[in-house]
Amino acid sequence: MNKENIIICRCEDISLENIEKIFAMGYLDIEVIKRILRIGMGPCQGNTCGQLLQRELSNYLKVKMEDIKPLTSRPLVVGVKLKDINEGAEHEL
Amino acid sequence: MNFDYVIIGSGISGCSIAYNLANKGIKRIAVIDKNYLTSGSTGRCGAGVRQQWGTKMNCMLAKASIEFFEKAQETLNYQGDIEFSQAGYLILAVTDEEDRDFEKNVLLQQSLGIPSQKLNKLEAQKIVPHLNIDIIKSATFCPTDGHLNPFAMTDAYYQAAIKLGVKFFFKEEVIDIIVRNDKIEKVITKNNEFITNNVINAAGGYAKTIGDMVGIDIPVYPERHEILVTEPIEKIQGPMVMSFNKNIYCQQVPHGSFIMGRTNPYELPGFSINSSWGFLDEMSKTLCEILPAVGNLRVIRQWAGLYTMSPDRQPIISDSKLKGFYLACGFSGHGFMFAPMTGLLLSEIILNEELSIDINELHINRFNHKQVFAYEKSVV
Repeated sequence: MNKENIIICRCEDISLENIEKIFAMGYLDIEVIKRILRIGMGPCQGNTCGQLLQRELSNYLKVKMEDIKPLTSRPLVVGVKLKDINEGAEHEL
Repeated sequence: MNFDYVIIGSGISGCSIAYNLANKGIKRIAVIDKNYLTSGSTGRCGAGVRQQWGTKMNCMLAKASIEFFEKAQETLNYQGDIEFSQAGYLILAVTDEEDRDFEKNVLLQQSLGIPSQKLNKLEAQKIVPHLNIDIIKSATFCPTDGHLNPFAMTDAYYQAAIKLGVKFFFKEEVIDIIVRNDKIEKVITKNNEFITNNVINAAGGYAKTIGDMVGIDIPVYPERHEILVTEPIEKIQGPMVMSFNKNIYCQQVPHGSFIMGRTNPYELPGFSINSSWGFLDEMSKTLCEILPAVGNLRVIRQWAGLYTMSPDRQPIISDSKLKGFYLACGFSGHGFMFAPMTGLLLSEIILNEELSIDINELHINRFNHKQVFAYEKSVV
């Protein structure tokens, strides 16, 4: 299968070709790759692509997958509407 | 390892300084960072660039920096996209005092060639139709302010610097700087030693920590500022909407998501970059008051970064009483947007060249003399 058609990050539409290209450019820190490609920055917060990226990077660097630090987990776990947070806050008063 | 210049910090300031020095023919430059490229304040910032300031120095630095950003893609020959878009900043005057202050700010800005203008409520609403104009007295607008991608812009400087021979060292935390007979000898990191006589402190939130290592007391402190991003939608808002009184900035970026942040007035100095629920409560409250339609969007992610606050909320760009120790710090939340001039001016100071802008007022000495030239109020 064409690497362009193998989607790694569905939220931000990043393919295997995209990440292999960025490895080849010398970007080998998972946090920098995230910031340049936007991989893992979509609504699923990297829940699917994070591990795929870790695996591909570990293959490329020929190290164990657990030696690649996962992407930083950031809140929120699921998307919440700003107006719902606002109404919830008012409720607490 | 021997270097003529060691720059501490690979945020946009450090990368811009490295590029400017190398571009003037300086060889043997190292940039070292305790973490990865843009891991500090640059990569965490709100991605806005503006010229509407209350002090002359900030206006001049910002205007010249915007002029650089307009042609940065070509100047730095960057293959990616820096995502520079000039849809303006709309700054809301909520109180009578702001209404009067902004009148003065606009006159200052216009006198320096910045195309800002004062708008009445209805004119402001034309620019941002979903703005709640009931809470404002007036607004100011500058059409050439805008948005720029902090990762891409730093990457552009980084790649250009590498092409000019600059060496980057990541995951190298500075633990000491050795000074003997008023002369810098070397920078010691956890894994290496960098022999050098010249150190440039562009360490952002850690600038004071670095200054303390060489006995230079830099009167700045780090302060956490929180920020969030929403799901992306079609373009509904061009400019950054900002209010100092309501304590908010909010912009829709080219990607389609909204980025917004505020200052916690109760925040204490410190290095924490954790996220808090309190921020979400306060942010959503202000947002729903000012831009109610945006309240329908879901928050995807929140994070935080450090502002490095200086006593007058203006940067320190200067040499110091220690020969070979240079400063680019204390930007008070605005180092990203001033970076082109930070790099150019500091390279001119280091190489004893004539300065493109007279920045004597930004020298660290200004705090010794208790001589306050100006105080920047236009900060969120």
